[in-house]
Amino acid sequence: MFSGRSLHLDGPLLIALVFLSALGLVVIFSASGENWDVMLRQGVRLGVSLVAMLILAQVPPETLRRLSPHLFVIGLVALLGVLVIGVAAKGAQRWLDLGVVRFQPSELMKLAVPMAVAWLLTRGRLPPSFTMVMAALMVTLIPAGLVVIQPDLGTAIMLIVSGMIVVFLAGIRWHHIMMLLAALAASAPFLWSRLDGYQQQRILTLFDPFADPLGSGYQTIQAQIAIGSAGIWGKGWLEGSQSHLEFIPERSTDFIFAVFAEEFGLIGVLMLVLLYVFIVGRCLVMAYHTRDTYSRLLIGALALTFFFYLFVNLGMVSGILPIVGVPLPLISYGGTSMLTLMAGFGMIMGMHARRRLMT
Amino acid sequence: MAANELPSSRAVAPETVRRRIRIAAVLALTLSLILIWRFYSLQVLQYERYQTLSLDNHIRMQAVPPVRGLILDRNGVVLAQNTAVHILQVVPEKVHDIEVMLQAVDELVGLSTAEVEAFRSRLKKHPAFEKVLLKARLDDVQTATFAVNEYRLPGVTLEAVLHRDYPQGSLVSHVLGYVGRISESEEAMIDPSAYQGVRSIGKIGIEKQYEDLLLGRPGFAQVEIDAHGRTLRTISRNSAIPGNTLNLTLDADLQRIAREALGNRRGAVVAIAPSNGEVLTMVSSPSFDPNLFVDGIDQQTYDALRGLEDRPLVNRALYGRYAPGSTIKPVIAQAILDAGISPQESVYCPGWYTLPDSTRRYRCWKKTGHGPVNLHGAVEQSCDVYFYEMGRRLGIEAMAEVLTRFGLGTVTGVDLPDEPDGLVPTPQWKRATRNESWYPGEDLITVIGQGFLMVTPMQLARMTATLANRGIPVQPRILLSKEESLSGETLSSNVSSQPAKPVVEASLDRVIQSMTAVMHSPRGTARASGRRSPYQIAGKTGTAQVIGIAQDEEYDESVIPEKFHDHALFIAFAPVDKPQIAIAVVVENGGSGAKAAAPIARKVMDRFFQKKLQRAAVVRKRHVFG
Repeated sequence: MFSGRSLHLDGPLLIALVFLSALGLVVIFSASGENWDVMLRQGVRLGVSLVAMLILAQVPPETLRRLSPHLFVIGLVALLGVLVIGVAAKGAQRWLDLGVVRFQPSELMKLAVPMAVAWLLTRGRLPPSFTMVMAALMVTLIPAGLVVIQPDLGTAIMLIVSGMIVVFLAGIRWHHIMMLLAALAASAPFLWSRLDGYQQQRILTLFDPFADPLGSGYQTIQAQIAIGSAGIWGKGWLEGSQSHLEFIPERSTDFIFAVFAEEFGLIGVLMLVLLYVFIVGRCLVMAYHTRDTYSRLLIGALALTFFFYLFVNLGMVSGILPIVGVPLPLISYGGTSMLTLMAGFGMIMGMHARRRLMT
Repeated sequence: MAANELPSSRAVAPETVRRRIRIAAVLALTLSLILIWRFYSLQVLQYERYQTLSLDNHIRMQAVPPVRGLILDRNGVVLAQNTAVHILQVVPEKVHDIEVMLQAVDELVGLSTAEVEAFRSRLKKHPAFEKVLLKARLDDVQTATFAVNEYRLPGVTLEAVLHRDYPQGSLVSHVLGYVGRISESEEAMIDPSAYQGVRSIGKIGIEKQYEDLLLGRPGFAQVEIDAHGRTLRTISRNSAIPGNTLNLTLDADLQRIAREALGNRRGAVVAIAPSNGEVLTMVSSPSFDPNLFVDGIDQQTYDALRGLEDRPLVNRALYGRYAPGSTIKPVIAQAILDAGISPQESVYCPGWYTLPDSTRRYRCWKKTGHGPVNLHGAVEQSCDVYFYEMGRRLGIEAMAEVLTRFGLGTVTGVDLPDEPDGLVPTPQWKRATRNESWYPGEDLITVIGQGFLMVTPMQLARMTATLANRGIPVQPRILLSKEESLSGETLSSNVSSQPAKPVVEASLDRVIQSMTAVMHSPRGTARASGRRSPYQIAGKTGTAQVIGIAQDEEYDESVIPEKFHDHALFIAFAPVDKPQIAIAVVVENGGSGAKAAAPIARKVMDRFFQKKLQRAAVVRKRHVFG
């Protein structure tokens, strides 16, 4: 009765996403110490997220574009609200209690920032002028700054990256890129000094985790031991000694990939990475095929941000990037991140399905 | 404005954005490859390393120390066993602050400065994840006090361990020796794998001699631990093999009789079975409590024990070297016979003797003299003058030769560590060590067992057993049998089945007759100790001077300090025709061998035969009623 097309969905992408999320449930069951409650709760979140995806797929691209600035302003207000009346959890103030649901404005911004930047840049001529680049930078840095104060460095970095990806896709001139990088390099010492001690430590740990094996290096070392000891074939599902004996901290959230890699080995890692690459690749193809620039920028940015999440998480778990609190997309335990991502994929599918209507 | 720009951006954009998407795709693919390379490196190239780290993380090998073998006497009386005691151990890496912990433990159960110092030095030598001993042997109150407070002291654990225990205390301490904590020098010598989890090692005595039999083999438990160090389960276990149970030839009861007979005097008693060399009794007095050494004796107590003039730590029976005095006369008598001198030949004893061409008088112990004495009388009454004359005729070489054949001055080979050899002097020896020639007068001193001659009570006992055996030597031994802990198989310690060749060719009967006369004839020097004996004894008394007495002086016990009194010696075996026990007694500064030493031997022999009779009676009863 409802074909994928009439629901504005994309078959291959949907199958890959559902497969990945289902795999996530399997890993969470193991990582939670075989806790059915935890897995079921994540399953419910997955269901809710798929519904959100389905709904957002029905929104026409033109509507998304028109809503972009409004969504951005709402998000900005909500971020300010968090700082004033937010709810604290784990030492950071990230939540806004709306009575019925608790809501994390920074997650909304993960969609709102690229949308707003894409909206902004498509209002001018492409490739964007220097003024436009500066304006896009503002649109990115202001919410990122508010998120840093919470403090949530990981999300802030992701916001900046998603905004910058849009600017990059929009065709920013190479010498502008150089200027931005130079500015970043020049401000690096200042940024370093603004980091908290533990954040600096995490970056230093990257170079020599064994310098403080029981302190700041502990997480990195234990995750690497989990991954390395798995070998090619892994220790088998539910058989990971590192995770089941609680050697891996945050093992159902940020470090869940260590659990996965320990139990499924290099073969599992290759398959999972391929699955992610397929999802990103499929989205990039879809971006390639859309006709309007806004859709193309947004799809490309969302897909590449998704990839960036993956890269940062795997890089952190395997010890080539410092530890920043970035979950493994669609697999880590936690509802908000999954909802945002699935909503994003809904938008992607919707924009792609209606690509002809825009011309 | 927005409406104006829209069409133009739509018209220009597609190719630019598409090109950027292509660039981004290539970039993402590159980053993916970097990730895959990273995982390949971790999971394939460095697999071994991380696998080891992972196993180290959660699998620990815990050594299960073996239970040290028991030591029993010949009748199964327990001489050394293992009892459970509580100790405090510390895993340094789990302790937040060592100083705070030490203070807390001190408040709970008390820690001596020595304990804290020893702990600190151990702390330096062991990795932080290994258990380090803090306090050994907590009493019941300390154990309970600590147990209720254990939760407040993470990293400090109360453990029950087996601890060597010597229930007979000082009774057999010299033979048994003791175990003590493995010292650094011992640590360098032992095979670490054989001593996994083992804290102590035999230091002296039987505990040292049969360390390899007693030790057993450690087992291992492979345990899984979680990130918090809690032991979750035992994966596999390789049980420890307990050490052998050793049965000694000693008779604890006889040992006690000898100890009591010696009383608080310094001295030694050694009794052996002449037929097979089994050491029935080996007592050294004063003694010490070996239990003091098990946890490492503190310096103060050790210094006190060592500093004592009585030297309780020294096993006099094995390491004490004494002039044998007249106890060697039976052996000399045999040499006289062997030299072809008639046993009927008499020597007139006026109470003194002079060498030809000399005016120096060598005294007989009996000032008034024995009158004419032949060989029999000389042994019976221990006439020195007779032996002076014969010693002169035999010469030192012949005497040294016969004494050595009876085992004096050579190790007996008893199964105890570091046995000394003593000394039978010869002119060659004197020339080599003192660069002096041998004087004829020294023949006379040697023939009555004085001068350079130095023997151990163990050697005297072996000499006596050889006499009892009519010249067939035996090797004394203390290990009777060992029982394998697992198989329960009992193996007797190997005794050579081939009878040894006699040390003399001629018959010893005549000498033994004289020795019997010592005990049972009205003129025998030890007749008091032979009186009313239900069995026949052959014996010989001995009295050895500790200081020289000048020509014109008298030996007067009442005016000489006790430590310069003569040593009293006595040797005997019984029954004369079928000897079952041979004994040697030394009482330091005991005065006369007949008065101080012989009664001790009699008491031991009485007890020995009494037990034999009782056992025979039991066997007869069984025979009748069974």
